[in-house]
Amino acid sequence: MPAILPLVGPEEWAIVVLSLKVSGVAIALTLPPAFALAWLLARRSFPGKILLDALVHLPLVVPPVVTGWLLLLAFGANGAAGRYFAEWLGIDFMFRWTGAALASAVMALPLMVRAIRISIEGVDRRLEAAARTLGAGPWRTFAAITLPLSLPGVLAGAVLGFARSLGEFGATITFVSNVPGETQTLPLAIYAALQRPDGEAMVTRLAVISVALSLLALVASEALARRAGKDRHVL
Amino acid sequence: MSFDISVTLVRGKRTIHGHVASPAGLTALVAPSGAGKTSLLDAVAGLLRPAEGHITVGGRTLFDSAAGIDLPPEARRCGYVFQDLRLFPHRTVRDNLLFGWHRARPEHRWIGLDETLAFLGIAHLLERRPDTLSGGEAQRVALGRALLSGPQFLLMDEPLSSLDLARRAEIVPVIARIRDELALPILYVSHDPAEIAGLATTTVRLGLD
Repeated sequence: MPAILPLVGPEEWAIVVLSLKVSGVAIALTLPPAFALAWLLARRSFPGKILLDALVHLPLVVPPVVTGWLLLLAFGANGAAGRYFAEWLGIDFMFRWTGAALASAVMALPLMVRAIRISIEGVDRRLEAAARTLGAGPWRTFAAITLPLSLPGVLAGAVLGFARSLGEFGATITFVSNVPGETQTLPLAIYAALQRPDGEAMVTRLAVISVALSLLALVASEALARRAGKDRHVL
Repeated sequence: MSFDISVTLVRGKRTIHGHVASPAGLTALVAPSGAGKTSLLDAVAGLLRPAEGHITVGGRTLFDSAAGIDLPPEARRCGYVFQDLRLFPHRTVRDNLLFGWHRARPEHRWIGLDETLAFLGIAHLLERRPDTLSGGEAQRVALGRALLSGPQFLLMDEPLSSLDLARRAEIVPVIARIRDELALPILYVSHDPAEIAGLATTTVRLGLD
């Protein structure tokens, strides 16, 4: 037992910080496009909508290894998207934490779009019409009515995506490998420790941390979703 | 002429013809259930685009399919009191009342918050949330919100239908005062002959042509 305590030594702490950084950046960057996609799917009908819906949800059902491999093809050294990011934005994904964040973002996207879409569908459009007759243009109506009324659901989606992102393994290890200090997030660190004959205590410590973080995120997500439900009834 | 409306509305498979030509005052719109009264109000507010026709209120053209005119709702200056009120649940009564007032151009505002509160007797409700209001209170707040947006005319969709007799007796004089003192053209939908007899300057039947 003493081997488990203290739970968080410098090594574990560095892994947790890296994981939070990867997930935090992934969710922050995914939130705007996730909201835009959710809004499109909730509010607009256009040719190819079913296809877009399917594409967004693809990472949910495709084996994560395949998603990682596709990311490798697109964003790897020879991938078209990878070259674009390297040349124009100076962002390199290979074996970098940025690549881990990208993999996390793609894997979290469907969950976030789903949660946000439901919350946008829950916004009473009659209230938006009322705002328009009171002199608010489409953007003003969006900012004053649609966004605040869907916000709890949006936050719940973000927390859910964050939790999913913390657990991301298959796409990440396929795309950017398992590099300590760079791409080795909590699940990858647990996997690496499992390979070592003396890694058992490390595995236990990291597993406990993982469960605690995930539990925290789920409770937060549930609390936010409940608040969303409370605001929904309209006089 | 305060309301000069002649439109064809298509709702799903149904086609609704609406014709209104009425002088100043309160124009009551009477029709059997499902004849499209609310659709006609929505069209005047700019929430529903007619297939063809024109909508002119107080000499201002809001819609004219032949001339290609179709003002967006926010430019029509209409105070729409919805049947289901549609108070914003996440905002206080004060913020609901001032929502349209803040959006209106200063020269378009013709009533202030204090005056509205006194007129409707709702000063004590300012900090409340819409879901804590009684039916009569919510009705008056919805009316006040419409007035404060500086409208050129009012649309009222069965504003008394959700109220009991005592509350109705409270609101009817308020509507009469809006009609007489503020001299706003009002397009008013109702089912109740007694209500119409007491309030209407002109009565228009819909769906008979």
